[in-house]
Amino acid sequence: MSSGKINYSSYPDDKGHFGPYGGRFVSETLMSALDDLDEMYRRLMNDADFLAEFDADLAHYVGRPSPLYFAKRWTQQLGGAKIYLKREDLNHTGAHKVNNTIGQALLAKHSGKTRIIAETGAGQHGVATATVAARLGMKCQIFMGVEDVKRQALNVYRMKLLGADVFPVTSGSKTLKDAMNEAMRDWVTNVDDTFYIIGTVAGPAPYPQLVRDFQSVIGREARRQCLEQEGKLPDALVACIGGGSNAIGLFHPFLEDESVVMYGVEAAGLGIETGQHAAPLAAGRPGVLHGNRTYLMEDDNGQIIHTHSISAGLDYPGVGPEHSWLKDIGRANYVSVDDNEALAAFRKLTLVEGIMPALESSHALAYVEKLAPTMDKDQVIIVNLSGRGDKDIHTVADIDGIGLGLAPESD
Amino acid sequence: MSRVKACFEQLKAKNKTALIPYLTAGDPQPDCTVKAMHALVEGGADIVEVGVPFSDPMADGPVIQQAVERALAHDVSLTHVLAMVKEFRQKDDTTPIILMGYLNPIEVMGYEKFIRAAHEAGVDGNIIVDLPPEEADEYIALTDKYELSRVFLVAPTTTEARIKIISDASSGYIYYVSLKGVTGAASLNVAEVTEKMAVMARHTNLPISVGFGIKDAESAAAVSKVAEGVVVGSAIVNRMKDRQDNPGSIPEELCQFMRNLRLAMDSA
Repeated sequence: MSSGKINYSSYPDDKGHFGPYGGRFVSETLMSALDDLDEMYRRLMNDADFLAEFDADLAHYVGRPSPLYFAKRWTQQLGGAKIYLKREDLNHTGAHKVNNTIGQALLAKHSGKTRIIAETGAGQHGVATATVAARLGMKCQIFMGVEDVKRQALNVYRMKLLGADVFPVTSGSKTLKDAMNEAMRDWVTNVDDTFYIIGTVAGPAPYPQLVRDFQSVIGREARRQCLEQEGKLPDALVACIGGGSNAIGLFHPFLEDESVVMYGVEAAGLGIETGQHAAPLAAGRPGVLHGNRTYLMEDDNGQIIHTHSISAGLDYPGVGPEHSWLKDIGRANYVSVDDNEALAAFRKLTLVEGIMPALESSHALAYVEKLAPTMDKDQVIIVNLSGRGDKDIHTVADIDGIGLGLAPESD
Repeated sequence: MSRVKACFEQLKAKNKTALIPYLTAGDPQPDCTVKAMHALVEGGADIVEVGVPFSDPMADGPVIQQAVERALAHDVSLTHVLAMVKEFRQKDDTTPIILMGYLNPIEVMGYEKFIRAAHEAGVDGNIIVDLPPEEADEYIALTDKYELSRVFLVAPTTTEARIKIISDASSGYIYYVSLKGVTGAASLNVAEVTEKMAVMARHTNLPISVGFGIKDAESAAAVSKVAEGVVVGSAIVNRMKDRQDNPGSIPEELCQFMRNLRLAMDSA
C-alpha cells in the first residue's frame, strides 16, 4: 500500500473489528456456532464452485445484473447532476435483500442445518428469507415486531404463502430491534439445527462482513455500468441506511476510488430535534447491541431508546459497524431525511419516472433532491433504489385517508 | 482474601455447595431490592447475583425480560444498582455480591469508572453476558487492578479449546449455563452437566456454579451433588412478581424459599 491509503478490503480484522467497531459480543452459547460459520465462510468464499453457484443464482433466480437507469426527466427537473438509479427494486422479491439471502441460503445448505430463522422490520428481508427457504425446502421462522406486523400486512401474508411461520414479537418496542432479540433467543435455544440469516450488515462477526460481501454485487455492477454508460466513475453515491446493507453494498466497491463522494441517508423521522427518529450516526453514540459495537440510539444509562420512522425498514436504533467506522474516518458522509421529505420523494419519483420506490429508498431519493441541484450538469450521482414501493401503498393510502383492503389494522 | 474466595473455601471446609440466588435490581420496585437481598442471605444464600436492568436482555427468557421491564419502568440504572449494593453493605460485609447484566450500560458509563465505582460500592465481581473473553482485554486489566471477580460463562456448546480460554480469563468462579436456551427455559439434564463439569475440571481449579433451568428444591439438590454452586434466578423472580401487589411479603417468601433449597441441597 502507498502511505496514507487505507486498504478497505482488509477490513474487518480477524476478530471482525472495523477500527473500534464490530466484534463479537454474544452469549457464550453462540460463540462456537459463530466460529463454525466464520470458518465455513472463509473457506467457501475462496471456493470457485461456491462462487459460481452464487453468481448463477443471482443471474437466473434474482435476475441480475439489475439495470443502472438514467432518470432523465427527474434530472431535468432538478437541473443539476445526472441521476442514475441502481434498480434493486427489479430483483426477484422486490428489493436488494435477496442478494444476501441467496448467499446465506447457500451457506445454510453447506452447514447441514435444517431450519432457518430471520428477523424482519419492513418484511422485505423476511420475504427474501422465506423465499430462499421455500426453494431449499427448509423450515422457516420469521420474527417480526407486532407493530411491523400491523403496518406491513401484505408482506406478512406473502411470507405465510411462502410457507414461513411468522412469529409476532410483543416485547420491548415491538419493532425490528425486538425481533432481532427474539431471533437471537431462538438461535440460542435451537443452535444445533438452526441457521440464522441476519438481514443487514450488523450483528456479531462474521455477519457484517459476509452480508457486505454478498451485497457488494450492487456496487460492482454499478461501477462497471457507470464506466460503460458514462465513460467515468460517478461523482456521488447515495443510499438509505437502516442497518446499512444496501448502502454498504453500493459503497464498498468504490471505497478506494477517492474521487467518489458517498452519502448514507438515515431516517430523521419527525425531525432529529424531536428525538423521534432513527438516526444513530447523526444523533447517537457508540455502544454494544446485537453482538457488535457501533453507533446506537441510547440514553445516558445505556438503555436503547425507541426509534421512529415512517419506514419500518429504517426503524432500527443501531447501524452496521462498518458505517460507524467510515463515519469516524470521514470516508462516507451521513445525513438524514425526515418522514415528510421521504414521502414527497416517493410521490415525486412515481409521477416523474413511473417508478414507485420503497419508503426506505425514498429517503435516499429525498437527499438526491437536495444534492443534485448543487452539482454540475456533467457530474453523475448513483442512487440505490433499494426496493419497490408496493408494500408501502397502504401506508401512503392511510396518510391520504383512503382505506384499502390491505390497510394496516388500527389500534 | 476476596469475599468470593473466602466464601467458597468456607463452604468447601463444610462440604457444602454455594446457594446463589439471582434477582433483578429494582423489580418489582426499587425499595424492594436491598430488603430482598438480606432476606435471601437470612434464608441461606451464600452469594447474591444482582441483575442490572437492560432494555434488550437477549439471553433472558420471558420471566426475567418482564422483571427488567418492571425495573425500567422505575428508571433503575447501573448507578442505582451500585447505590443498592452500597446500602446492602451497611448491614452485611461478608456475603459476596456479583452484578449480572449486559455490556452496554458499562460501555456508556466507561469501564474504569464502572469498575472503580463497583469496587467502592462493595461489589465483588461481574457476569457480563455478552462479553466473551476475546473482547475483554480492557475489562480484564481493570478488574485485576480493582480485584473484582470475572465470572465468565461456559455453555453446553463451548468447545474444550474455548473452555481453556475462558478458564484462563476467569476469576472467582465459573458459571456453567446448563442448557441451550434462555434463562428460565426447560429443565436441565444432570447427566450432561456432570459430563461437562469433568471437562472443565481439567482446565480450572476455580469453583464451578451451574445456572439456567434450576427451578426447585429437587433440581437444586441434584445439581449440588456435581457443582460447587447452584444458581437460581427465574424461580425467585417469579415469586417476587406474584407478590408485587404486596411487596412487604416478598422478604419472608424469599427467605422461606431459600431455606427449602438449602435444606434439600444440604441433605443431598
